[in-house]
Amino acid sequence: MTEPPARIAAADLTAYYGTFAAVKNATIGFASNEVHALIGPSGCGKSTFLRTMNRMHEVVGGHVTGSVVLDGQDIYGSKVSLTQLRRRVGMVFQKPTPFPTMSIYQNVAAGLKVGERLSRNDRDARVERALQQAGLWEEVKDRLKASAVALSGGQQQRLCIARTIAPQPEVVLLDEPTASLDPMGTQRIEETLFGLKKDFTIIIVTHNMQQAARVSDTTSFFYIGQMIETGPTKQIFTNPADPQTEAYITGRFG
Amino acid sequence: MNRVVWRRWKSRIMVSLLIASVLVAVAPLILILGTLIIRGAGSINFDFFTRMPAPAGEAGGGVAHAIVGTLLMVGTAGLIGLPLGIGAGVFCSEFPRSKLATTARFVADVMNGTPSIVIGVVAWTLIVARQKHFSGFAGSAALAMIMIPMVLRTTEEMIKLVPHSLREAALALGYPRWRTSLSVMVRTCLPGIVTGSLLAIARVAGETAPLLFTALGSQFMGTNLRQPIAALPLTVFTYATGPYDDWHRIAWATALVLIMVVLCLSLIARLATRQRFHD
Repeated sequence: MTEPPARIAAADLTAYYGTFAAVKNATIGFASNEVHALIGPSGCGKSTFLRTMNRMHEVVGGHVTGSVVLDGQDIYGSKVSLTQLRRRVGMVFQKPTPFPTMSIYQNVAAGLKVGERLSRNDRDARVERALQQAGLWEEVKDRLKASAVALSGGQQQRLCIARTIAPQPEVVLLDEPTASLDPMGTQRIEETLFGLKKDFTIIIVTHNMQQAARVSDTTSFFYIGQMIETGPTKQIFTNPADPQTEAYITGRFG
Repeated sequence: MNRVVWRRWKSRIMVSLLIASVLVAVAPLILILGTLIIRGAGSINFDFFTRMPAPAGEAGGGVAHAIVGTLLMVGTAGLIGLPLGIGAGVFCSEFPRSKLATTARFVADVMNGTPSIVIGVVAWTLIVARQKHFSGFAGSAALAMIMIPMVLRTTEEMIKLVPHSLREAALALGYPRWRTSLSVMVRTCLPGIVTGSLLAIARVAGETAPLLFTALGSQFMGTNLRQPIAALPLTVFTYATGPYDDWHRIAWATALVLIMVVLCLSLIARLATRQRFHD
């Protein structure tokens, strides 16, 4: 089987909290313009793994060995600028995190303020496009100056997606983005992901196996810090190679 | 049925107790304000704010010198104390486990518990005794010394209340750490920091003890902080302990002005930090 070249790839990656290795020797490549799901039981290291992809793991005091290569460059190299890296690899969190002091517009434009200088018109266009891609434009176009925290939870999460994609990153990481949402909000986010993969490489951590099956092209199964198996989603869910994967997806543990 | 009736009575008793404790807690405040207004309001007129004190025994006159002195001294103290206090508070919240932060926190807690007269003596020893004369600057320094630990602690506590997830969201957008700290963490709790700062200003505006050792007070209009200077609390002290009825009247009115200044500060704070969205 020939695989497409990876946009971002982890090689022999081990992620520590202190001396505890939450992820052990993970090697996965993620191809462009696809949605990749990371599944596994709670505490299996999938969120930690995700956070190594934009070096947010270090924010909570963790460290890693191994490498993550983005477009041929190791993001753990000594010359890498953390701020530039995070502009290229955006992240959406489990709970919506709109900035409460900013309006809807300001929230989406927040990431643009630290990137390249944009004219007012360009910035407006970027904000509108990001909101459209996140499926929120129609709902908020008449109240862009309203407070972002007045939105519903699902809208806030789509706002956070818009904020993440407005600076046009290459990779978008989503850490259980629908965990705090109701089924309607979840469905809207999932619909949004279909559109987003045209422009971005998407990696999503999810507890919900149906969600992984619905939205992703490839799936990786994590168990106790190990990446057990990676493959096309259909194959993982219908004909997994590893017995542990099979046990998990058929609901025998986890 | 019986139990329902008993519960209803229990609830009534508890609510009454709570209301009673609120009344007891608020009563002194109302008494203080009421007494000040009854005794002081009659003496307040335009002259009171614009004129100098009348010679002893003569009626009329004002406390313009003390108003100017307090504004100058408290303003200078704020210019010194607020940036240092807020800056130190931001540091302590950004590097909470560093040796410097734990030390600063400990020192601030000790200083917050220190009687202000001790601060006055310290300022006297460090500044007045060396320069060999009392001055408004020494007063400002003493007031700033009271403000810094207060502002440090409130700033740190306010920033701690901002969810960590906002910090992560900003960092994940590619915000540098300083920008995350200022435009997300500090910005989010800015109303709290402003309120804390104004409380600190209000607190030092009413301080008397440290000024006795430093600014000393003055009967004359002065805007030179290198000289002894008047202040509202000192004026209250001087006039209230004086022998004339007319002086006591002025002391009451001055106290009322002091309270009004503090009230205005709080109002300005509320207005200035109302949530607005530009852009």
